Amino acid sequence: MASSAESLPLPAGLQGVVADWSSDQRAFKNVPWGKAMMWIFLVSDTFIFSCFLISYMAVRMSTTEPWPNPSEVFALTLWGKKIPLILIAIMTFVLISSSGTMAMAVKFGYEKNKKITFILLLITAALGATFVGMQAFEWTKLIVEEGVRPWSNPMGAAQFGASFFMITGFHGTHVSIGVIFLIIVAIKVLRGDLDHERPGFLTGRKGNYEIVETMGLYWHFVDLVWVFIFAFFYLW
Amino acid sequence: MAHAQGQQHPIGIYLKIWGLLFILSAGSYLVDYLQFHGYLRWSLLILFMLLKAGLIVSFFMHMIWERLALIYAILVPPLLLLVLLGIGAFEADYTFFTRGTFFGPGTAAQAQHR
Repeated sequence: MASSAESLPLPAGLQGVVADWSSDQRAFKNVPWGKAMMWIFLVSDTFIFSCFLISYMAVRMSTTEPWPNPSEVFALTLWGKKIPLILIAIMTFVLISSSGTMAMAVKFGYEKNKKITFILLLITAALGATFVGMQAFEWTKLIVEEGVRPWSNPMGAAQFGASFFMITGFHGTHVSIGVIFLIIVAIKVLRGDLDHERPGFLTGRKGNYEIVETMGLYWHFVDLVWVFIFAFFYLW
Repeated sequence: MAHAQGQQHPIGIYLKIWGLLFILSAGSYLVDYLQFHGYLRWSLLILFMLLKAGLIVSFFMHMIWERLALIYAILVPPLLLLVLLGIGAFEADYTFFTRGTFFGPGTAAQAQHR
């Protein structure tokens, strides 16, 4: 079977898009099947998170009660000094760092450097787990100490709790699932499953290092969503 | 079976983007720490947010090295969300207005509540 990309040269610009889509072959040339499907999934996930953030905007705009000030709600007292939003800032840096190590894991994966890829994937998973742990701490503090509930809170508009638990809860679930899959991919890399093209679970397809890149897409997406949550929920 | 090529790039690119994301995040945090308010705060937040999102999608997710057919298929559909955003803002504005009319001070609903 000939490569579907090498038959004709790619016209420039929009004509190239039309040529790819009208080629009577697969539209996404030179892209591994799994990666194209991951991108499609991420588009649908974009819509889900956007629905949450836009609903949050709608309830925040329409409430007549004052919205609790996130800068104060999420402040921590460290060394006897009250620092606004410090936990969220640390969580942001942790997640960005995990994205950095993930990107490097993809690179070393394609170089078939099993050991470094494994270590980088494990660091990524550890940073992700740290993030979830800090989020659990934040939730505990808000529920137990501040008395925030999905239907009410002592600081102001009742919609604050519902938006907070829904948005950060859904994001935290994504991070947790990502950590589990990072560990699975790390083990596959270390065992040499990808070198020997052993089929993965739930599929008869041969494993290869493209799954590290696909895993990376999901992980970077989780980081990407956090960028928007950080700006709109915590800093607005 | 033809093999699709994976994305392989020098490690320096990732380290530079990582550094830039750190600087931009620190910038967002400083906006809050220095207590900027009003349009200055919102425009800086949106600017840093869009720069960060762009860097992550372009380099970490390798979008700038993909073919246009994939880029358009992924990045154009989410633009529909701007319509939802507009509808949401329009409706929320109206809800706020009616709440002010029906539950505001001096209205019948508020008198009953007491």
